[in-house]
Amino acid sequence: MEMLAVAITKNQLWHLLPLVVAVSLVYGATRHEYVVPILVNAFRFGLWMLGFVAVLFVVLLWVSRSL
Amino acid sequence: MKEPSTASKDEQEIVIDLRSPGVAAVLAWLIPGAGHFYQRRFGKGILFFCCILGIYFFGLTLGDGKVVYASFRTNDIRWQYVCQLPVGLPAVPALIQSQRVIREQKPPLWKGWMAPPQHVNPNFDDQLSQWHLNLKWKFELATLYTMIAGLLNVLAIYDAFAGPMILLPDSKEREPAGSESGKQPDDS
Repeated sequence: MEMLAVAITKNQLWHLLPLVVAVSLVYGATRHEYVVPILVNAFRFGLWMLGFVAVLFVVLLWVSRSL
Repeated sequence: MKEPSTASKDEQEIVIDLRSPGVAAVLAWLIPGAGHFYQRRFGKGILFFCCILGIYFFGLTLGDGKVVYASFRTNDIRWQYVCQLPVGLPAVPALIQSQRVIREQKPPLWKGWMAPPQHVNPNFDDQLSQWHLNLKWKFELATLYTMIAGLLNVLAIYDAFAGPMILLPDSKEREPAGSESGKQPDDS
């Protein structure tokens, strides 16, 4: 059952990537006017978001295992 | 009417001609990026257009055209549409479908694309539950995509109206003590 849950999660996880890319670029573009600062800001913000989501993922995985 | 705005770039201030900010904001709402095209900020216009409409239509397709609909009835208050509407014209067909299906009690147009569920009754015939059953997790994920697209366009509309939101702490770090950030440049 747990393996099935992990497999489903892996299949769904790729949906996160286009969302992170789009949100990072738009957020960066609303704070800068030129390409390079936008890309730098987007890269940093994207990494921050991925890190945040990864922490949440680990916490929820740990909680689900302990139940 | 010229409404200049300032943005920092490598310790220099640049002037952005926002033209008519109100018109730009309305255009930015109608079609993401259109306001920036109107202001001749083509790069950002293309970026907003591709990113916002990209995830909007990806979500809409993932949800089989059913996740963007307007309905504020008993048992079916689609509050998510409030977040989807800022994406502009691409979300407006839902209002037409809502008017037709809910108010006029007519069959939906365009093969039910963006039409609200015709029957929402947990005790009898619930089309909304059927959609959830058919699409499974895709219904929620597609709803999320389209909602985020709408919310991102709120940022784009603000950018078209007032220019980029300057990160003040960074600006202050670069400026000598006593000088004001966000000073208005000469509009010559």
